[in-house]
Amino acid sequence: MTLLEVENLHTYFETREGTVKAVDDVSLKMERGDSLGLAGESGCGKTTTMLSIMRLLPSNGKIISGKINFDGIDMVSLDEDELRRKIRWKRMSMVFQGAMNALNPVFRVGDQIVQAIVSHENIEKEKAWARVEELFQLVGIDPNRAKDYPHEFSGGMKQRAVIALSLALNPDLVIADEPVTALDVIVQAQILELVRELINKLNISMILITHDLSVIADTCNKAAIMYAGKIVEQGDIMTIFKSPEHPYSQGLLTNYPSIKSERMRFTPISGRPPNLINPPSGCRFHPRCPFAMEVCSKKVPETIELERGHYIACHLKTN
Amino acid sequence: MAGTKTALYKRRIRDFILQYKESKLGIVGLFILVFFIFVATFANNLSDHSIKPTGGILKDRFKPPSSKYILGTDDVGRDIATLIMYGGRISLLIGFLAAIISGGIGTIVGLTAGYFGGWKEDLLMRITDIVLVIPGLPLMLVLASLLGSNFWNIIFVISVIGWTGTARVVRAQVLSLKERAFIESSKAIGASDLRIIGYHLLPNVFPLIVAQMILGVGGAILSEAALSFLGLGDPSSVSWGMILHWAFAVGSLSSNYWWFIIPPGICITLVSLGFTFVGFALDQIVNPRIRRR
Amino acid sequence: MSSKDKLVVIENLKKYYPVRMGLLQSLRSKERLFVKAVDEVSFHIKNGEIYGLAGESGCGKTTTGKLILNLITSTSGKVMFKGEDILSLKKGGIKEFRKRAQIIYQDPYESLDPRMTIFDFVSEPLIVHNIGDIEKRVEEALETAELTPPREFFYRFPHELSGGQRQRVAIARAMILNPEFIVADEPVSMLDVSIRTSILNLMMRLRDEFDISYLYITHDLATAKHICDRIGIMYLGKIVEEAEVEELIDNALHPYTQALIAAVPDPDPSVEKSKAIIKGEIPDPIHLPTGCRFHTRCHYMKDICMKVEPEIKEVSEGHRIACHLY
Repeated sequence: MTLLEVENLHTYFETREGTVKAVDDVSLKMERGDSLGLAGESGCGKTTTMLSIMRLLPSNGKIISGKINFDGIDMVSLDEDELRRKIRWKRMSMVFQGAMNALNPVFRVGDQIVQAIVSHENIEKEKAWARVEELFQLVGIDPNRAKDYPHEFSGGMKQRAVIALSLALNPDLVIADEPVTALDVIVQAQILELVRELINKLNISMILITHDLSVIADTCNKAAIMYAGKIVEQGDIMTIFKSPEHPYSQGLLTNYPSIKSERMRFTPISGRPPNLINPPSGCRFHPRCPFAMEVCSKKVPETIELERGHYIACHLKTN
Repeated sequence: MAGTKTALYKRRIRDFILQYKESKLGIVGLFILVFFIFVATFANNLSDHSIKPTGGILKDRFKPPSSKYILGTDDVGRDIATLIMYGGRISLLIGFLAAIISGGIGTIVGLTAGYFGGWKEDLLMRITDIVLVIPGLPLMLVLASLLGSNFWNIIFVISVIGWTGTARVVRAQVLSLKERAFIESSKAIGASDLRIIGYHLLPNVFPLIVAQMILGVGGAILSEAALSFLGLGDPSSVSWGMILHWAFAVGSLSSNYWWFIIPPGICITLVSLGFTFVGFALDQIVNPRIRRR
Repeated sequence: MSSKDKLVVIENLKKYYPVRMGLLQSLRSKERLFVKAVDEVSFHIKNGEIYGLAGESGCGKTTTGKLILNLITSTSGKVMFKGEDILSLKKGGIKEFRKRAQIIYQDPYESLDPRMTIFDFVSEPLIVHNIGDIEKRVEEALETAELTPPREFFYRFPHELSGGQRQRVAIARAMILNPEFIVADEPVSMLDVSIRTSILNLMMRLRDEFDISYLYITHDLATAKHICDRIGIMYLGKIVEEAEVEELIDNALHPYTQALIAAVPDPDPSVEKSKAIIKGEIPDPIHLPTGCRFHTRCHYMKDICMKVEPEIKEVSEGHRIACHLY
């Protein structure tokens, strides 16, 4: 059952230097229970896509066109008040980059979660506290620590607390932006284990946004690769990661250092990510693509379905 | 061609102007300053009245504004508008010089304290604290009366009190800059302390110093006005503060010679404000908030 | 392996940072507290070798790198660079040494002076050391760092360049004095994935062409596997294991190393997922565990581990470990 469907989303930013076409015709689909990894490098538009879905764009950003359908609700036209009352945190919650530092240092951790609960639900404080203890058990923190302040928590504990916060109201969808980037390797593994466990236990749907492909391979069942504001390839994790078809995906994945693979020399993708105010004509990847043809610089490739659930936007395949 | 030196200076200036235009206060301030500097510079072209104490027409004294004397006359018959125009020169000049000198002292203190740390920092910052704690105006009064009132002594007195703000701001900036990788990188290639301070720290602190100095001019003009008003200014020079001094000395307040009091007061306020606005606008551009990535 | 092979030899390097205590605290306890950031670290780097120093945050790897270059004053220990003790050099000697050993930093946004043009920044080492022919050398250095055409970059400022380009500028500056040794402190961790490999390739090419040795500091074992010849694993200021890279990864002996390797996620979704085989997090460096610093998280902990710090020993050719199990 489709939980989230994004169709032809265009989100642009107005800056002093011009209009940044951060998200330019992005479409994706998620079923209930999916964990989708949205991957790409800095500036590819993954965070903007997420902010558009959550309607949390900064003042100079605007959804120009496109549809965002969350469980039958039209997210683009929904007014701010309904969004806050019905959707945010109750049905869709988020874990931001560096969220562990977003915990308010002057309030106890438990209080902050209680605050989130009571501001969305008509529920007594004791019941909310009981929920906090339940959540702490779920994420692996000793419930007695709920009365501590953020500075008394370690980095890993803070991240668990933030995850608990995101699950407080049993949302359908959790969107996490670089949830483990700031963590040390071993704590990262602990948190990723927790995430896998929670996905299984709670049957929660998740969008995980990151530049780290190995984190996606470790936790997600679907993946979408973004480049310069567009999704170039998406599908289930095995297909995308084991047999990528788009030259960019191939370039990224074959050059991704793995501790388990043989020692190798890399063959990096040449050039660098483009300017989004004046992106390259046609296919945005063509200046760096080893297989670029004439049509690639002239026409934007259409997204086609290669096989069930596997989508790609590349002229090499449109034949 | 993006890579030439002139092209880059053009770009920097263009970017700076674009950013400056965003500050409404800055534009207002700039207008005020341009106006006053223009008037002060071309005072001799704008008016043919004399400002010499003997140059006034005595029978015309204490006359309110008229078509001949647009701002009226003073106690010896001199045209007040002309006095104000020439007075601007002194006030502005003292303001600039005092601000530059106190800015210089503050910068040296701030750089040394911030970069070297240790006992040098402790000593310099304690001195700064002491000067800060002593009330400014009374100290200036004491110094001025001890040293005697002439042009350079006034500048000295104002500078000696006014450097502390810059010192603190510069030291704070240096402390945070010191931790940045490019400073250690200079050490790594073998640069000496002097080179690091002069070539790396100073250019990065410089915009902040300029903003501080401009704010300082506003403050220095006020200080000079206060000193002159209280009778410690150079009696042979015509500054706005001196005009106010004479105005009060001949009882303009009780005799309601408002044209003698209000114009110099407004000028002092406006110019000081002008510098403050420009200083704020520069500070906004220069302040290391968000680094452009 | 003769001693001529060894470019840098580090012996018992220590860096203790005193912890500032409040007045009351210092009156109550006589004991001075220290953060033992680097605690008796000894290893060597060979000519033309890329030695990886790996570990999590706070393990002391960056501090070690800077101590080796005498950018931070050490508490005690020796660093022998081609037989000369770097740490006991005076000003003039240090300046000479700077020509032979350089550093590349992690953050390309911070390591370039924002107010200097690229030309001024890359030429600065030449000016400091009074070396002439500046324009030509800067051009060559930028070419070596693959910034072409070099003249295009002369009058640009750092904020006009991308992260990858800035890192190349940093490399050009490090290379312009023809050093023999470079400390690379997580040089690619802040760069985009598709750029990382080209920078790493550049570094390896420079090693091949100019016979440079590297100390490659990183927390990313996956990358280290492909770049480094030997790796030393650090934990709370000490080296706990050291071996040739394939030996270390395939045959890790120290429980911490094993945990690190198991924790690295793999970009292949069909292999085993990352595992956290040890619990907890890195303890407070001010109040270190007694005995072996790792004992609080170790599954194989014995009595002796709580009391005695293990000495580092060689268990097979080139494979050293500090653990009571061996």
